[in-house]
Amino acid sequence: MSLQVSDLRVHYRTLKGDVRALDGVSFDLADGEILGLVGESGCGKSTLGKALIRMDGRMRRTGGTVALDGEELPIDDDRRMNDFRFRRVSLIPQYAMSALNPTRKIRRLVAELLRSRGAAVDPAELESRMAHVGLPPAVLDRYPIELSGGMRQRMVMVISTLLDPSLLIADEVTSALDVSTQKAVARALLGFRDSGYVKSMIFITHDLALTHHIADTIMVMYAGRLAEKAPADVIVKAPRHPYTRLLLDSLPEVGVRYADRRLDGIAGSPPSLLDPPAGCRFRDRCPLAGEECGEDPPVTELAPDHHVACWKA
Amino acid sequence: MLRLDDVTKRFRIGALGGRSLTAVSDVSFEVAPGEVVSLIGESGSGKSTIGRMILGLQPITSGTITFDGRPVRQGKEFYRGVQGIFQDPFSSFNPVFKADRVFAMVKDAYFPSVPGPEWAARVEDALRDVRLNPGQVLGKYPHQLSGGQLQRLLIARALLLEIRLLVADEITSMLDASTRIEVLNLLAELKSRGLGVLYITHDLSLGTYLAERTIVLRRGSVVEMGPTGQVFGGPLHPYTRELLAAVPRLHQPWDDATPVDTCAYHLNGGTGVLAEAGSGHFVACARLSTCQ
Amino acid sequence: MTALQEVTPQEREGVRREALYFAVRNGKLLTGFGVVAVLLVLGLVGPLFTDVPPNQYGPRPMSPPSAEHWFGTTTFGQDIFAQFVHGLRSTFAVGAIGGGIAAVIGMLVGFTAGYRGGVVDEVLNMLTNVVLVIPALAVLLIVNAYLGIRSVAVQGLFIGLTQWPWAARAIRAQTFTLRSREFVDLARMSGAGTWRIITREIAPNMSSYLFMTFILLFGGSILIASSLDFIGLGPTDAVSLGLMLQNATQWSALQLGMWWWFVPPGAAITAVVGALYVANVGLDEVFNPKLREL
Repeated sequence: MSLQVSDLRVHYRTLKGDVRALDGVSFDLADGEILGLVGESGCGKSTLGKALIRMDGRMRRTGGTVALDGEELPIDDDRRMNDFRFRRVSLIPQYAMSALNPTRKIRRLVAELLRSRGAAVDPAELESRMAHVGLPPAVLDRYPIELSGGMRQRMVMVISTLLDPSLLIADEVTSALDVSTQKAVARALLGFRDSGYVKSMIFITHDLALTHHIADTIMVMYAGRLAEKAPADVIVKAPRHPYTRLLLDSLPEVGVRYADRRLDGIAGSPPSLLDPPAGCRFRDRCPLAGEECGEDPPVTELAPDHHVACWKA
Repeated sequence: MLRLDDVTKRFRIGALGGRSLTAVSDVSFEVAPGEVVSLIGESGSGKSTIGRMILGLQPITSGTITFDGRPVRQGKEFYRGVQGIFQDPFSSFNPVFKADRVFAMVKDAYFPSVPGPEWAARVEDALRDVRLNPGQVLGKYPHQLSGGQLQRLLIARALLLEIRLLVADEITSMLDASTRIEVLNLLAELKSRGLGVLYITHDLSLGTYLAERTIVLRRGSVVEMGPTGQVFGGPLHPYTRELLAAVPRLHQPWDDATPVDTCAYHLNGGTGVLAEAGSGHFVACARLSTCQ
Repeated sequence: MTALQEVTPQEREGVRREALYFAVRNGKLLTGFGVVAVLLVLGLVGPLFTDVPPNQYGPRPMSPPSAEHWFGTTTFGQDIFAQFVHGLRSTFAVGAIGGGIAAVIGMLVGFTAGYRGGVVDEVLNMLTNVVLVIPALAVLLIVNAYLGIRSVAVQGLFIGLTQWPWAARAIRAQTFTLRSREFVDLARMSGAGTWRIITREIAPNMSSYLFMTFILLFGGSILIASSLDFIGLGPTDAVSLGLMLQNATQWSALQLGMWWWFVPPGAAITAVVGALYVANVGLDEVFNPKLREL
């Protein structure tokens, strides 16, 4: 087991009170596994990604533990987490454009970054990894602004995995990219795992179709909790949670026409996490909701590796 | 209804406009009443610039854009029939005012003589048309509403004007999957009432869902256009094929479309002249005959 | 994409009401405006209580503060309290005229350049930069010496004409970012004209910013006017705090131990300008959530 998250609760402090952005999430990530994290905005997927590497000032862990390769991550101790960042856990942010210092050439940028982590640059290794994602060595002598969005995104990917972290978190890395670039970036991520640069990966996105092509396992989150987690094919072909089903049904695919097949969205909106209602949080929008949904549905393993939190599943 | 003829847009950049950059070159197409045309392109394709030129928000460098035979120009009369909605719903509302101010602005400009109660009734009707509960959205600040609600408010605003053409520029790209399709369905209903829609997007699957006709743009030029079924069912231009191959699909693996090596587009990145390849299906490919 | 987006709605309920909430609880803002208000009232009301013209020579020269002459008298027996309250008046007048003119020009230039962009922007920007690099005080010295400033209003006018560039630059930059927001396009598509868009859409978004600009210009004008007065280039037929200081120096008040002659005007100038800057910091805290102390 590479990563074990158990009953993690992270709250945001606001003037109005605590927002329960993550409310008891547990899951395991095996070595070599890519986990796709999907859900609507505000479901807690980004919070989860952030909690594993850098909590910002408003975030507070109120319970649960995170263990990476058998060692507990001190996620709420910013200073102690420094020893883990880059070496053990690494993050590729959504806007790689702003992650790179615009006044430094890439080569210097990489060297400075590694020095701050107490490591030296191995030029051959760096260039071979760049070649791996389709970046020529000449990129090293350019400024970030001279690179296209996709190139910058790939450069940030190479930089953040140089120290072979055990876990890589990719937060919406493709959402600002064009479709053709998105494909190249997604493929590069798969390549990183296959070449062993990273042991396991969490791929956060709102795009279910894209996750399906990258992830081994997909975890669907809703209102700060796990809704369903299963191998990617199972989620897409045989989802058990009504939310997953509705989400899949609302996805337009190339070729689907309104005139031939009308798709439907999910009526309503997720509950406020400031004071979430008791019981199943999807209840208000769920077509199957019944009496028992007033109680919190436990996460149960319906089939091997298929976890669902729903009474009706 | 809407007609573009050889529309070109060059931006002046650098000190005192010393250099210029061609964003759109020689684009021609039409949108008929009750028709949804999707304009598909990646970033930098000039798709949003075309939308802004149609709305009169940006001057045209050369060529003509006409609506009902009259050239597009800013002004009350023009905007009575043509309206636009943009990508970011939060930026479309002035954050210091309440969201329903957009309705008041329409009343001030177009219906100053309509009595208050009647106007309020009209607003409520328009809100119901876009599936909004008036009580939930009126009197609120933009940040108190969701992106989906805000985009629908803007559609309702356009409906009050009894518009005939809507330019929808990436209106769903900041919405969640569950709300996105609702907004698209709404457009489809409006279309059946005779509204023409220019649906600008980078997302091919959203483009195909509604549109009768599809226009694929690349670097400011049309590379392929025609009935949606033909463009996506039998794409002729290698760029269209590449785009299609890059779209992740749920039930089939990512296929690597093998582009034709001899294509001019692949040799020098250039495109040919737009020529008719089938009924209403145009493609700009220099080697069309060999590719087929 | 974060859970926070969902929360902000309830949290930021009523921006203006919230600003007011923080304003009445901000010590710096209240202190600053309090000091200014007290002095302003004194300047407005004070002259009504002194029937002596401020420059009239009196029978008891060089007398320290007493019940009859609250702030004492000058070498010529002029009542310093009368001079002080009249001086306060003209000081506020110079601040209002100079700051007002600078703010109006700054806004006009800033809004036009920022909104129109292109060549208009480049020309206006060039003009702004030219005025910005001219040493304002030196120009004022020359102008004042040549034309001879007769009244407080003319002095304010000249100060205003040299102070606007930085305000114009700041407003231009803000307008530039707001102009590309889509609500501006939406207003245009509601049939609104340029002027209406600037005043009804863009300006309300930077009201706090405009307010702060005016405060800073106001304080700056007072400071420049006092410096000019002090070196003898003030209005010839008026009373001002700077002129009082100049007279005190000229007639060796310091050497003669007549502290009551120069302390009130010096303290008042320091208090007004200082209080305005303190209030400005307070305003910053009210409008910028990051600086709010809670």
